[in-house]
Amino acid sequence: MLRLEVRPQPSRRWGYASPLLALAITVVIGVILFAVLGKDPVRGLQVFFWEPIKSTYALSELMVKATPLLIIALGLAVCFRSNVWNIGAEGQYLIGAIFAAGVALTADKTTGGWIVPAIIAAGVVGGMVWAGITALLRDRFNANEILVSLMLVYVAVQVLNYLVYGPWKDPGGYNFPQTKTFEAVTQIPRLVPGSRLNIGLLLALAGVAAVWVFLFRTYSGFAQQVGGLAPAAARYAGFSSRKALWIALLTSGGMAGMAGALEVAGPIGQLTPYVPAGYGFAAIIVAFVGRLHPVGIVFSAILMSMFYIGGELAQSRLGLPKSITGVFQGLLLFALLACDTLIAYRLVWKK
Amino acid sequence: MTTPRLQLSGITKRYPGVVANSNVSLSVAPGEVHAVLGENGAGKSTLMKIIYGSVKPDEGSVMFNGRPVHIRNPQEARALGISMVFQHFSLFDTITVAENVWLGLDKSLTLAEVKASISAKAAEYGLDIDPARPVHTLSVGEMQRVEIIRALLTNPQLLILDEPTSVLTPQAVERLFVVLRKLASEGCSILYISHKLHEIRELCNACTVLRGGQVTGVCDPRQESNASLSRLMIGAEPPALAERAQNPGADVLQVQGLTLASDDPFGTHLADIALTVRAGEVVGIAGVSGNGQGELLYALSGEDRRAPAGSIRVLGKDAARMGPGRRRALGLHFVPEERLGRGAVPTLSLSQNLLLSRRDAVGAGGWLRLGALKAQAEDIIARYRVKANGPDAAAKSLSGGNLQKFIVGREIEAKPKLLIVSQPTWGVDVGASAQIRGEILKLRDAGCAVLVVSEELDELFEISDRLHVIAKGRLSPSVDRVDATVERIGEWMSGLWGTGAQQPSEESAHAAA
Repeated sequence: MLRLEVRPQPSRRWGYASPLLALAITVVIGVILFAVLGKDPVRGLQVFFWEPIKSTYALSELMVKATPLLIIALGLAVCFRSNVWNIGAEGQYLIGAIFAAGVALTADKTTGGWIVPAIIAAGVVGGMVWAGITALLRDRFNANEILVSLMLVYVAVQVLNYLVYGPWKDPGGYNFPQTKTFEAVTQIPRLVPGSRLNIGLLLALAGVAAVWVFLFRTYSGFAQQVGGLAPAAARYAGFSSRKALWIALLTSGGMAGMAGALEVAGPIGQLTPYVPAGYGFAAIIVAFVGRLHPVGIVFSAILMSMFYIGGELAQSRLGLPKSITGVFQGLLLFALLACDTLIAYRLVWKK
Repeated sequence: MTTPRLQLSGITKRYPGVVANSNVSLSVAPGEVHAVLGENGAGKSTLMKIIYGSVKPDEGSVMFNGRPVHIRNPQEARALGISMVFQHFSLFDTITVAENVWLGLDKSLTLAEVKASISAKAAEYGLDIDPARPVHTLSVGEMQRVEIIRALLTNPQLLILDEPTSVLTPQAVERLFVVLRKLASEGCSILYISHKLHEIRELCNACTVLRGGQVTGVCDPRQESNASLSRLMIGAEPPALAERAQNPGADVLQVQGLTLASDDPFGTHLADIALTVRAGEVVGIAGVSGNGQGELLYALSGEDRRAPAGSIRVLGKDAARMGPGRRRALGLHFVPEERLGRGAVPTLSLSQNLLLSRRDAVGAGGWLRLGALKAQAEDIIARYRVKANGPDAAAKSLSGGNLQKFIVGREIEAKPKLLIVSQPTWGVDVGASAQIRGEILKLRDAGCAVLVVSEELDELFEISDRLHVIAKGRLSPSVDRVDATVERIGEWMSGLWGTGAQQPSEESAHAAA
């Protein structure tokens, strides 16, 4: 009989191997899923894992999708490491997009290039404000941040709908619920002409370095994490749990808001009801699959981006519903949680 | 010769990386009080878990009343007549004694029947307890009585007690011993796990000594001395502490009128605590746990900042409202009772754990100098002889005693002006205890003021210059160690020091100055 036995020390090796095994399990289940649906599994895998990387254009699209996931997940990593469970990044992302759109809509033909930093800053502020509501309620009334942040996602969606169906609707837009297309000057500068890749990717990579330095090389980053690992030890050390709460939520909210700004003033170019694409929720999976480590998150963001693109391709190439993306995301998270058992336990064969 | 109640032969249990028990044999006669003596990590707990069925041995056999048995789980152990009282109680605070006992019993009984049988057992053994009281209103000693009654209700033939006296006053220990002797006289065998030598010599009539998972001796403890037992237990006699020379200096810690309501519904309120600790002396606070020690230490360390302004002064500065960081800057360092989770972050390395209370390796702009941090940790590991896998070892990978040495080292190396230590040697083996006490005394001789809160009277008598007792949130006047007796302190531990208790002259002279 197979049994689980506690390891004397958590295995470092399995810390790295577990996400890989989880990916393998996801692929195997995916193959079975394709077969059951009557699709060629090889073709299915190709759509998910080869098509997104087969050309420079495909690669650039992969990075376009990975960028917001990476930025949001970096913020969430700081948050989760502090034991603050912000699962409302989607809402902070949306409010960030709305704030950014508000700035972008003020631009006209005469506006200078300063508008781009202003848009990004507005996005950051928007995300911070939205996450700040959660922080305030938790700080003042000890309200559960999981519930509050999640509920605020739906409030944010309604705020967006109100704006695009109401005051911000494009008068020349044939009554479609969307704002007018932003002026060209508001476009986030692109990295390579011809691709949709923009400087958001550079901001994301700078974020990776900044979060890494903060978490592992600064005293305040250390203090931030102690509260998550051992609250009594943080109290003993004199690290303020209120400060940690605010830092965690403002960081993750600000980054989610920045991702919203980059998206709305980048690939999308206007505010529509389709801005919420689930990046905020997918980033939770990205953060965990990446081990809450900035470098790990880079890889998991790319993987999750593959699932997004694969899902869209599966729709057009295989005639499968787009929700296949969600199935793969969920499979990966479940497989990871299961595989993580092997970090602290090992399998032994016992009669 | 009669059939032994319990006979273990050749028990071996290997865990990955460590052999917890190696070829251990043990025989307990009916009605025998058999001590299992050993340092922390000697394999006592594993052996008891094997007997109680929660761990399976890799090799060896267990015989109960002459029949070979394979005990697969605690239920089977209880069915055989083996009961265990754990060191950490498993009682629910919010329900009554009877309901707690009921939870662990066969459901065919009604609550009223359970109450009646509790009262009957309690009367039979003189274990005074009211079954209708909620558990959170009980003292620790009373909780232990509940656990013992719960064990006795199964009419055990073998009762295992794991470090039962660590939470009791000397008087309560005496009462416990009366109960155990009565049980033994009725034919129940008792396995008594402890590292307290004098208790074993007083109570037990057989003793098995473990060291490093192996049996190093079987003896009759009544024929042995503390020295001979500890030689068996640690392979050497504990180093004697150097004779002290007292010359206290200026007041370092002054506590006056510290009254503080606990923010825990089951906590103890502090009432008008007054206390002075001077440079170059060790002041001890005795008391049974749960009498306000935790609350007092929270207020002194700064983890609780609600103390009335002016009630706590460190080197003359009002520290009552300061957080732990600012108090540390004044020179107040603190070793908490809970090592894992409070004194250290379990999953972080030893060098990272230095950062909790030390900022020497934090450079400009909050930048961590990892090299310096590691060197510092290595230094403490070497100087305090901490057994650890280097400065990168996770705090939780260390044994309790070694982690305590590291934490004590961390605070002492910070060169404090005032060191507050809670339970310096709780759960720490004899060798490490002696070392920690020695370090505390060395620090005192270097002119540091030291406040020690402990439940172990022996320890306080050994290292303190003056003693206080805390009971029900109130602090007794201080008494010089030379004038203190175990009886007097034991009496004070129940809160009976009266209002007319004599203030030691030097203290009043000091207060006047």
